[in-house]
Amino acid sequence: MPFPSTGADDAFDYLFKIILIGDSNVGKTCVVHRFKTGQYNEKQQNTIGVDFTVRSMDIDGKKVKIQVWDTAGQERFRTITQSYYRSAHGAILAYDLTRRSTFESIPHWIHEIEKYGAANLVMMLIGNKSDSLDKRQVLFEDACTLAEKHGLLAVLETSAKEAQNIEEVFTLMAKELIARNTLQLHGENPPNSFSLDSRPVIASPSVEKTQCSC
Amino acid sequence: MASDGGRKQFWKRSGAKVPGSIQHVYGAQHPPFDPLLHGTLIKPGSKPPTTPVKLKKVSTFQEFESNTSDAWDLGDDDDELLAIAAENLNTEVVMETAHKVIQNHSKLQEQHKFQEEHLQEKNQEEFAQLTSIACGDNRLVKSVSEGHTSSSLDNASENSSMQRSQSLPQTSIPPLTSGMADFNTSVTPALTEREASRLDKFKQLLAGPNTDLVLCPESNYCTTYESKTRNKSLEKVQKDGMSAEEVIKYNPEDELRKLSWSGIPKRVRPIAWKLLSGYLPANVDRRESTLQRKRKEYFAFVEQYYDSRNDENHQDTYRQIHIDIPRMSPEVLRLQPKVTEIFERILFIWAIRHPASGYVQGINDLVTPFFVVFVCEYIEEEEVENFDVSSLPEEVLQNIEADSYWCMSKLLDGIQDNYTFAQPGIQKKVKMLEELVSRIDEQVHRHLDQHEVKYLQFAFRWMNNLLMREVPLRCTIRLWDTYQTKLDVADLLLCDFCENRIGHFNDVHLCGGMYGSKSTLAGVIFSV
Repeated sequence: MPFPSTGADDAFDYLFKIILIGDSNVGKTCVVHRFKTGQYNEKQQNTIGVDFTVRSMDIDGKKVKIQVWDTAGQERFRTITQSYYRSAHGAILAYDLTRRSTFESIPHWIHEIEKYGAANLVMMLIGNKSDSLDKRQVLFEDACTLAEKHGLLAVLETSAKEAQNIEEVFTLMAKELIARNTLQLHGENPPNSFSLDSRPVIASPSVEKTQCSC
Repeated sequence: MASDGGRKQFWKRSGAKVPGSIQHVYGAQHPPFDPLLHGTLIKPGSKPPTTPVKLKKVSTFQEFESNTSDAWDLGDDDDELLAIAAENLNTEVVMETAHKVIQNHSKLQEQHKFQEEHLQEKNQEEFAQLTSIACGDNRLVKSVSEGHTSSSLDNASENSSMQRSQSLPQTSIPPLTSGMADFNTSVTPALTEREASRLDKFKQLLAGPNTDLVLCPESNYCTTYESKTRNKSLEKVQKDGMSAEEVIKYNPEDELRKLSWSGIPKRVRPIAWKLLSGYLPANVDRRESTLQRKRKEYFAFVEQYYDSRNDENHQDTYRQIHIDIPRMSPEVLRLQPKVTEIFERILFIWAIRHPASGYVQGINDLVTPFFVVFVCEYIEEEEVENFDVSSLPEEVLQNIEADSYWCMSKLLDGIQDNYTFAQPGIQKKVKMLEELVSRIDEQVHRHLDQHEVKYLQFAFRWMNNLLMREVPLRCTIRLWDTYQTKLDVADLLLCDFCENRIGHFNDVHLCGGMYGSKSTLAGVIFSV
């Protein structure tokens, strides 16, 4: 999983490829944009094919480089986007908590990952647009149930607009990937035992409403 | 491509004939121009995009622009074009044109800074290489031209000799030049002599009884009668040795396409686009009736289909269009409710009439150029940007809508495989681009390959949206002047333009010693 760097300028301890998928207009690109630049773009254009972003994070003293492959949600681009699944270490599945249908597609997206992604790929669920709670159509509890059922790493409700939980999503993903990777390196456990460590971790530090104990 | 900075070079075919090369072939500047080192160099006459696009985009495009003066600068290529028209004219005319070229060139030389010339030279050299490749010649012969730019007289004479030797102008990749003029001249409202003469040429052509669009065999409007007359006049040319002037008079053989290739003046662009796309018939007498019939036909579609947008089998299509339009870049047209409605209708009708592809994201971008160009047919204002579309009479708006629909439809007819399952058209074009880069710029190609960067990763959107996301709208419009000529090399043009982009990346980053990991490299490409 990690690609130890050789160049001095470009040194990093870990490089993780994370794919971001989900229905059209749930805010995938805005999430990435917030993560990368710390800004929110009201008029974010639709994504064509796959966009690419990279950001370095400092996690427990380790320099972690995160490559985010931000995909187009529309069906027609599926052939293009699927080709990126295979090399991804993690997948962030996004839905729009103000639109029920986007949540209902999540099992379908999980299926896609299972079909085209690597076997030990880490999946996480995010419910975006938590700034519009008055329009909520998806209960956080439902999301937790779904996450548990499919053995996802975590569920977070995020807002790219108000910078809620964005940083946390990627930190959590990176920490999990580091942890798994360390295990793998030391060869203490066979790969299959990772599932022991990847029970759903429901992280919602901010609002009590978004907390759920599965 | 490594050489010292002072030397002038150019690419040349080994044979005497240089089909397709209609521009000067200057030497290149090596090492490639680096805007970071020449920070003070700003092109005269170029104005930064005033539109409120993302800041990053603006700066990178400016960089691009300053590195690609062949495409966006007001060079002297128009004179060359005029000179080409005089190709078969008598010596007097040729001499006159040559003098004009000399005059213009000396003027330009005074105006332009020395370094900028180098830029043009470099880019033109690239074009020359491309041209050679486009002509299927792999045996590129590199040679040194002596005093190529030092003497404008040399230029002129070389220019005319090249014109004589070129036999197939339509296979060339001329620089995208003059069309930008009408955008830039908002600073100086009076048309320059050259622009005026260009405009006249277009007007003359468009006013003719038959604007012959011979290169468009798929056009429904080429009647047997028309082709017969064309053949007759061709025979006449061969028999009687008519002068070019007469030929044009009797038989404006694909003259519009040739002219449009290097840019269409703003005033005649609406009609030129309608003709080029095959929407309007070449025969002037039938244009009005065709327009009326087609507009009626479109609104019949609207009546027939638009209500079905909330039906079960169409609601997904409509919903996607409905959410995509508000988030389109409001670069030029503020997305007024009226505009949104029109775009939704155009896209929805197109989508359900083309079930093989349906609506695919990115197609929404392709309506904008047509809409903007056709709105400009009705308004005096220089800037569409702040124009309130709803102030136009309803009937006019309907005409614009129908015309935009049909022209977009014609454009998409040629590239529908870009949007069908697995998007084979795009795959093919990206392959073409890869092939092109590997032949022109092996260094870049190898670098991308070494770092496992796939062309599809960065060029997919370029092709999917016909570069609309990569350059400002005014440039897209200019690019489409050429693209819509539907000459065989239009696809190649798209690839070439992309190659230029990669080439630009090459200059700035690769040669600047910024070799990095795959992630940095890809990051750089994606952010260009």
